[in-house]
Amino acid sequence: MLQTCISLGMSGMFMGLVYGLMALGLSVIFGVVKVVNFAHGELMILAVYLVITLNSLLGVDPIIASPFIALILFGIGYALQRGLINKLLTRPEHVQFIVLAAVALILINAQLMVFGPDAQSVMLDYSLDSLEFAGALVDTVKVYSGAVAVVTSVLLFLFFKRTYIGKAIRAAADNHLGALVVGLNYKKLYALTFGLGAACVGIAGSLMSIMIDVTPQLAPQLTLLGFVIVIIGGLGSLSGALYAGIFIGLVEEFAGFFFQPSLKSLFSFGILIMVLLFRPQGLLSKGT
Amino acid sequence: MKITTNSTRAFLLAILSLLLIMPFMLSDYSLSVLILTLYLAYIGQAWNIMMGFAGQLSLGHSMYVGLGGYFSAALFVHYGLSPWLGMIVGAIVCGVVGAVIAFLGLRFSIRGVHFALLTIAFAESTRILFDHLDWFGASAGLFLPVESHQVIDIVNLRGKPWMFYYVFLALCLIALVLCSRLIHTRIGYSWLALREEPEAAQALGINLFRTKIIAVSLSAAMTGVGGVIYAFYQNSLFPEQTFAMHRSIEFLMGPIVGGVGTLFGPIIGAFLLTPLGESLSDAISSMNIYLPGLKHLFYGATMLFIMLFFPEGLWPVIKNKTGLSDRLSSHV
Repeated sequence: MLQTCISLGMSGMFMGLVYGLMALGLSVIFGVVKVVNFAHGELMILAVYLVITLNSLLGVDPIIASPFIALILFGIGYALQRGLINKLLTRPEHVQFIVLAAVALILINAQLMVFGPDAQSVMLDYSLDSLEFAGALVDTVKVYSGAVAVVTSVLLFLFFKRTYIGKAIRAAADNHLGALVVGLNYKKLYALTFGLGAACVGIAGSLMSIMIDVTPQLAPQLTLLGFVIVIIGGLGSLSGALYAGIFIGLVEEFAGFFFQPSLKSLFSFGILIMVLLFRPQGLLSKGT
Repeated sequence: MKITTNSTRAFLLAILSLLLIMPFMLSDYSLSVLILTLYLAYIGQAWNIMMGFAGQLSLGHSMYVGLGGYFSAALFVHYGLSPWLGMIVGAIVCGVVGAVIAFLGLRFSIRGVHFALLTIAFAESTRILFDHLDWFGASAGLFLPVESHQVIDIVNLRGKPWMFYYVFLALCLIALVLCSRLIHTRIGYSWLALREEPEAAQALGINLFRTKIIAVSLSAAMTGVGGVIYAFYQNSLFPEQTFAMHRSIEFLMGPIVGGVGTLFGPIIGAFLLTPLGESLSDAISSMNIYLPGLKHLFYGATMLFIMLFFPEGLWPVIKNKTGLSDRLSSHV
């Protein structure tokens, strides 16, 4: 029993780190651009399909391909912000919300037309291997994926803390008027930010492709999962998104094991409703 | 020539009489498209009360359609209760759930995007819940008996598509008249005030709590009624489809394209989008090309186009071009 729990715990934690990375992208975009990216899950599925195509054409390991996928997604995110969302910054927030829902609808159905409705995933030589920790078994792919997710998150934190552009983005998010006064090109910074958020999704999607079977229809579920995690972690909080990702990963893993797998999302949504009602600033953030 | 409310009325009457004879002129397939159009126009009208009039964005209206449909269908299957009575139950359930969501939103001051997320969270939770409730057929689906499909039984809503066509047409008309009356009542003006400037509305002595709860509740109950008829038209209900999030998005497309907050917007939007989308996918599949996502791709692209270039929707544009009026009655 104890070993099962350790197993589940580790599996949930590694899965949760990948969820967390996806939510990190959502949180970065919301924190800076103040736009809720309703097409987040759709972008993630796009990354998954890019990886699957790359793998079937060239046989590249998704983990090795992930930086490249992140680059492509960065470009897509940058273009999306530059060409579309920057034009909507002064419109009411529900307009931005619905525009991104329309983008999501376009993306998911274009993918359905290109890749078909069947479930796909990447099979690797080590797909079925497992590693042993203290007598408990965990899938190798989950361990690797979790590790890559951690490395990516750390890089992102360092970028925001240490680099000039990272500081400029945080400045533009903190004080829009101040950023204008010191001459920051906020539209460009916003586009960079959306690009970075999409790049997170690119990595997370690459990792997802070796862990689960993916269909285009999964995209709205992933978007919602991203919302759940970001709201539990506190909208706009970066570390919060990562912790909340691990939390939700654990909750889903245990709920799926002790109840029914089909019920596991009910727990996430239940937690979401509770958090929205009682701690709208997020479970983990400080202050009121 | 000065175009008055009277000519608008005449125009509407002409369209209405055209719609009344439609079932005699159309093929079965075209009639099914028109039924879907009327259904979406009606739900769009109901959604519009919440978002267009009172400014509360809902992305979970599939929940009310599902609740209405499931309750009336289950009562019919298990106890043979007439759907018209089941409809009352369904509408009350939806109204109460809507009121609860609005209450929670108000009590815990959840606004804007967070409120929209709350509506999604409730809809998704309901979907997963209904997947596991055996009384409602769980994930295997709930089916209505269809053996009496040849007789027209209006009491039990069993019959041919044209019967449902007239029921939906009547629903659309009732909703249109109801909305046109409501916006000139005290509660209607309160909704507009709530939408435009909640703080100022409150300062004027408008009870925001009551105003918001009535808007959400009424919108939910009306949507539930639509769900009842649609369930009996479809004869089957599956949680995965009925409560799906893309359904909720489909409901708001009509009002977005036609014009949020206008009386005729939801109807015009539905009548533009649904026949176009259906005939597009029909044309493609008649060429033996299998493209399952094409219809929704078209919907998404249209929505995006309208949001970017006609932010107010098409109805205000049409109104200016043709001089038609918004008002159904000449007074006020």
